[in-house]
Amino acid sequence: MVTAVTSLSRSGLSDWLVQRVTAVILLAFFVFIASKLLGGVSYLEWRSLFDQTWMKVFALMAALSLAAHAWIGMWGVFTDYLTERLLGNKGNLLRISFQLITSLSLVIYVIWAVQIIWS
Amino acid sequence: MRTISFDGVIVGGGGAGMRASLQLAQSGYKTAVISKVFPTRSHTVSAQGGITCAIASADPNDDWRWHMYDTVKGSDYIGDQDAIEYMTSVGPEAIFELEHMGLPFSRTEEGRIYQRPFGGQSKNFGEGGQAARTCAAADRTGHALLHTLYQNNVKNKTVFLNEWFAIDLVKNQDGAVVGVTALSIETGEVVFVKSKATVFATGGAGRIYASTTNAHINTGDGIGMALRAGFPMQDMEMWQFHPTGIHGAGTLVTEGCRGEGGYLINKDGERFMERYAPNAKDLAGRDVVARSMVLEILEGRGCGPEGDHVFLKLDHLGEEVLESRLPGILELSRTFAHADPVKEPIPVVPTCHYMMGGIPTNIHGQALTIDGSGADQVIPGLYACGEAACVSVHGANRLGGNSLLDLVVFGRATGLFLEEAMRSGIEVRDPTQSDLEEANARLAKLEAAPVDESVASLRKELQNIMQNHFGVFRKGDFMREGIEHLAALRPRIEAVGVADKTQAFNTARIEALELQNLFEVAESTAISAEQRTESRGAHAREDYQDRDDDNWLCHSVYFPTEKRLGKRGVNFAPKTMDAFQPKIRTY
Amino acid sequence: MLQVSIYRYNPEQDAEPSMEDFEVDTGGKDLMVLDVLELIKAQQDPTVTYRRSCREGVCGSDGLNMNGKNGLACITPLSDSVKGNKLVIRPLPGLPVIRDLVVDMSLFYAQYEKVQPYLQNDTPAPAIERLQTPEDRAKLDGLYECILCACCSTSCPSFWWNPDRFVGPAGLLQSYRFLADSRDLATEERLARLDDPFSVFRCHGIQNCVNVCPKGLNPTRAIGHIRSMLLKRAA
Repeated sequence: MVTAVTSLSRSGLSDWLVQRVTAVILLAFFVFIASKLLGGVSYLEWRSLFDQTWMKVFALMAALSLAAHAWIGMWGVFTDYLTERLLGNKGNLLRISFQLITSLSLVIYVIWAVQIIWS
Repeated sequence: MRTISFDGVIVGGGGAGMRASLQLAQSGYKTAVISKVFPTRSHTVSAQGGITCAIASADPNDDWRWHMYDTVKGSDYIGDQDAIEYMTSVGPEAIFELEHMGLPFSRTEEGRIYQRPFGGQSKNFGEGGQAARTCAAADRTGHALLHTLYQNNVKNKTVFLNEWFAIDLVKNQDGAVVGVTALSIETGEVVFVKSKATVFATGGAGRIYASTTNAHINTGDGIGMALRAGFPMQDMEMWQFHPTGIHGAGTLVTEGCRGEGGYLINKDGERFMERYAPNAKDLAGRDVVARSMVLEILEGRGCGPEGDHVFLKLDHLGEEVLESRLPGILELSRTFAHADPVKEPIPVVPTCHYMMGGIPTNIHGQALTIDGSGADQVIPGLYACGEAACVSVHGANRLGGNSLLDLVVFGRATGLFLEEAMRSGIEVRDPTQSDLEEANARLAKLEAAPVDESVASLRKELQNIMQNHFGVFRKGDFMREGIEHLAALRPRIEAVGVADKTQAFNTARIEALELQNLFEVAESTAISAEQRTESRGAHAREDYQDRDDDNWLCHSVYFPTEKRLGKRGVNFAPKTMDAFQPKIRTY
Repeated sequence: MLQVSIYRYNPEQDAEPSMEDFEVDTGGKDLMVLDVLELIKAQQDPTVTYRRSCREGVCGSDGLNMNGKNGLACITPLSDSVKGNKLVIRPLPGLPVIRDLVVDMSLFYAQYEKVQPYLQNDTPAPAIERLQTPEDRAKLDGLYECILCACCSTSCPSFWWNPDRFVGPAGLLQSYRFLADSRDLATEERLARLDDPFSVFRCHGIQNCVNVCPKGLNPTRAIGHIRSMLLKRAA
């Protein structure tokens, strides 16, 4: 049986809310970035933008949002399709494996993002 | 054969059965409901207009005695007045209980239960004009009632044996009923369901007729089982033809349509009920309206190319009223009559609807037989309530809205009585192996029988005989012919076999068992109808057009073993008031 | 002649399900799909297995998948369903098949029971009915009419994947029927039981349920209301 143990907050409402809040943050971030890029930006301007603290915080928020958003989304996909119900015993094994790979990747990505942003 | 034991077993998961099981389960007794369909698929779900009861919402001065008077008059004076008194006086309590359980009744501005006018209702013992006494949940009252009862049974942990089919009664060596043999439709397993009390709440049997408002499942299984066990039936000639079944499809259009102001018209657009019932008009008793419609059709004033139906006019009520009060009817009419009641009338025709007769019981639901001296004898272990029972509150003609009240009040009464009986202890002797084999003989015979004739064609033949020979108007020689046809049909139906011998969800087998039950109902109806030589309520004879109170102010009792019709006195002794004496019945 | 193709499976005889073709003479009439099944069972093959009861769309027995769409056979006219003279009838998707068109609905009923589908109010009942304004009663319209046919839940992918965890549109509609009832006092307990990642939140709002409901009900809207109530409760 699939359980809620591995869900982000173990509460449907919180997950649902986090999903929506992170979506808004990501939307804001990407719209902002897109507008900068479309307006034409030189390396120095780009560099100085990311030197400002508020931008570092904004980017970090976006990175964390992406991780949370991705986890909740992928968790939903895995618990839909990689289940004992659909695949037998190997469903559980597959799901745990995919969840491990996903969580590991997300952690690595977040650390990497922090390194880039704060370096 | 595996045995499963309960304190009480209710056969039938409709309104009556689930009200009885709820009562028993609430008091902690081990209660099971055997239902051949998931309970919310039972035919109570189709009841539309409402449940009649003097709860004094529409009229603060309403009185259950007025409701009692209407019901006695409606029954054409062969309803038992002690039972009618009990039903109408206890009714309000039973309705309020349903509301407390969550039934989503429609409401008045004061927040009380909405009541609408129905046929045969009056104030002040017929002197005060039309009453509005039918409590309604839009036009889905049966649905709301049945789901509420199922929900409360779930809450009270009633055991449901859903999609199990009861085959026959099991009697022990003392002649007491000790349970039933039942077949799991899903697996084919047959078990002995043992119980201290067996309650038949198996509903009606409208499927004996070719044209009926009844569901496919209304095959009179309880009546069939009781008749095969040798127990008598009461008033089986009394079948109600509902005035407004949709022409061609047979689906019901509630009397609530006429209660809300709709009326019937013939091909000339005439509101013909004004001629037949000058006071009550379209809200006269159902038997009166149905006969008037048939007369209009026979006299050439029917509608349509064949002149074989009349119209129910609703468009003058306006879309808003129809949408809020009769939403289900709009749906049904658009689907089955291809007529939009907002704009055009619905083609309707009297259609078999309700069995007033059934297993004779007292007001506690105890099934009765009649001994040699004509006295009532309780059948130990057997109970009945709802349409399968004849308690008798409907006599020769049921009033609209009284069937739901009947099943709630007497389902409840049966449960209450059983609670008491269980508390004082019920001891019964176990059945012997041969008792059990006897109860399983029918299935064993069916399994072994060669396949000569199809169940579907035999059923059709039976339905056509009943439709043609025992319809709205009846005639002695024609009925005798019908009885001969039935006699010829019996051996063929008893010998029926099914080719499909598999166990999993074998509906061919179930339909064969149902057919045999239908036949028992049909035969008892035919013999009772032929022998009641008068016209009363729903039983209208061309050769005996008048009511004959000297000879027939009584119940008929059909004894299956000898195929003989006896008589049983009508109760004229209500506890708290003087009896209503028979009068000429006009509306 | 109408070409009818029916899903057949008898666990005692068949290793796997198959489709069987029938030809049915409808006499040129616009029959209901249930009428066609009855004709086949009466005249051609009595072993064809399906559930039916009221035949007027109120009991919810004959939910089936007809030409790819869930609905009640008894109120689905051929003119609504048949494409190119062909009618393909399959059991409701996503539930185990017992035989032919009959599915095992245990999981569906279990989800219904999980929402405690009964009025809860422990205050002493008055001698008459509990009063309810017509406005409060109107909040139950579009909810109490559910007939438990399972057309909605078995058209919902989220219910297909997690029928043991996701309550499904039918159960949630009934859950909201009691949340919306002014007489019910168990709102807090009801909501608390729904706040896991599966029961309610597997609904992704694709509205298949709305599209197939034979009674014209809208479970997606009810689920939206439940979500709002959960939000308000948390806020």
